[in-house]
Amino acid sequence: MERSANVEVEGKVRMRAYFIFIAKRAVQLLAVVFFGISAAFFITHLSPIDPVQQAILRITSRSSFSPTALVAMREALTEMYGMDQPLGTQFVNFWVRLLQGDLGPSLIAFPTPAMDLVLRALPWTVGLLVTAVIITWLLGNILGGLAGYYQNNKFLKAFGVVAMGLQPIPYYIVAFIVLIIFGFVWPVLPISGGYAMHVTPGWNIDFVMSVIRHATLPALSLVLVGMGLWFLGMRALVSNIITEDYVTYAETAGVDSKKIVGFYVIRNAVIPQLTALAMVLGGIFSGTVITEEVFSYPGLGSLLIQAVNGGDYTLVIAVTAIAITAVAGAIFVVDLLHPILDPRIRVE
Amino acid sequence: MFSIIRDLFKYNREFAVGAVLLGLIVFFSILSFFSPVDPTMLYIEVPDRPPSGEYWFGTNSRGQDMFWQLTFAFRNTLSFGLMVAALSRVISIVVGLLSGYIGGVVDRILMFFNDIFVSLPIFPILVLFYFVLRSDLTTFNLALLMACLGWPFDARLIRSIALGLRHREFTRHAVFSGMSPAKIMFEEHLPYVMPIVFSTAIANMIWAIGLEVTLAVLGFTNINIPTVGTTLYWAINHSAMVVGVWWWIVIPVIIIVMMFIGLFLLTVSLNEYIDPRSRLRRMGG
Repeated sequence: MERSANVEVEGKVRMRAYFIFIAKRAVQLLAVVFFGISAAFFITHLSPIDPVQQAILRITSRSSFSPTALVAMREALTEMYGMDQPLGTQFVNFWVRLLQGDLGPSLIAFPTPAMDLVLRALPWTVGLLVTAVIITWLLGNILGGLAGYYQNNKFLKAFGVVAMGLQPIPYYIVAFIVLIIFGFVWPVLPISGGYAMHVTPGWNIDFVMSVIRHATLPALSLVLVGMGLWFLGMRALVSNIITEDYVTYAETAGVDSKKIVGFYVIRNAVIPQLTALAMVLGGIFSGTVITEEVFSYPGLGSLLIQAVNGGDYTLVIAVTAIAITAVAGAIFVVDLLHPILDPRIRVE
Repeated sequence: MFSIIRDLFKYNREFAVGAVLLGLIVFFSILSFFSPVDPTMLYIEVPDRPPSGEYWFGTNSRGQDMFWQLTFAFRNTLSFGLMVAALSRVISIVVGLLSGYIGGVVDRILMFFNDIFVSLPIFPILVLFYFVLRSDLTTFNLALLMACLGWPFDARLIRSIALGLRHREFTRHAVFSGMSPAKIMFEEHLPYVMPIVFSTAIANMIWAIGLEVTLAVLGFTNINIPTVGTTLYWAINHSAMVVGVWWWIVIPVIIIVMMFIGLFLLTVSLNEYIDPRSRLRRMGG
């Protein structure tokens, strides 16, 4: 009786600690989103560049207008961007509109709302990023763990050298090399776009296959760069863990070596690797965005660069805001996984 | 100092390879000081010549000798990386030491901002800055901006060392003998974090150069200054791969890959050297 009551109390304490942990992380998530997006607002509003002027230059570069039409256009645009109000009011209005999900129309695809364009691009980026991160993290950690445990394996040693060679190279260069190899030397996979022109988007087999084929090269280049970090990190962690007494004990006791490496060694090294994942997600996101541009993948990265080249003020802010939110949200999700994997994290 | 380098060469193959690779690149970029041509001049050689005895790395479609062009490109790229690394070291040392030594509220506030900076996707933010600044985003401004974004990881590392130093005997002695906190931090604690400052500086250079190359390739920096990124920008702009001027892209890519691997091997081997356990293991102690 007493024992079960203890377990119940302990369970309650644990649940409470878990909620405190989540609440802390949630506050941090909101802080990141708020500071990041506000910074984006002030960067754009305190800059010497006037979005109204930009828009007018862009519109008048294609056709000529009468002076009265220009004045009217300037007034309409100033009102649309809310530039006639003081900065504080603009800032409040910006947040109100952002929370309503409406930042105004985009310029490069006028009059489609900028948010619509961003939300259309977001699933592509999220899909590519999540797939690549999961493959990279699992493969890198498993191979790295094995390499740390079986230190004399020739294949794993060679893999380590390759991983070490690929890891420091920036995403753009690796994506570019992959593009050259598969675009010019051995053209077997599509090198641009999200899906083939002739298939209709929707839940049909042709479309899904086409999406997978088109995502292969961007995902491959993300995996090639990302793998090394996890491989090298895991190998170093595991080669420290195997000198611990409990591993020697398990070996002496005749526990199957597969069981030792899988359940005792890698299992313990997974937690710091998960912490590391939360810390580098922002960097991986930047890498994904760049890789998209190389392969003309229809995600946030390509949209951002189109927006910059088209001088589209609203769209650039919308992409940045969603990017900051998406990365902060992803880090939050990774943090939530922590207490599930690590029984020791209850209260900090 | 000299004996440390000799030891590293002797016992650490990664360091030897990295140092040789980086040495080659530095030598190559120093050649730019003896260049017979001005890198900003266009159409001064016969365009699109493949690599030969006369033009070692060929010429590009803009009529430039790629060998001399690349010496300038690597000099600018390397010095850009050094600039970012130096500037961001200043921020990370100050934040790390303050946070670690003073602790308390100061630590909590600084680490709160640290966490925010860690979670921000840097590439979109840099693009945003380019979008609003355009031609005002000079090389120095870009370096300063990247330094302001690239400090948080290393500040946290430095903080963790400073936290340990705070409770050491010599710190207490210094406090009792009336040393000011600033003096303790920068005269007593700074030497202890210097090794980590050096190894993170190289890692930071890799990061900064990688971002600079990316921004430049997209045309988001001053495209008239020769860097590795702008070299690739012009090559892509002239569809070098499609028209068959492959040396314009392949040669810079090979050299930049050598540079990244060299820098990375140096960081890895320095990190290993800093940790006495792994150093002993390697020397067979």
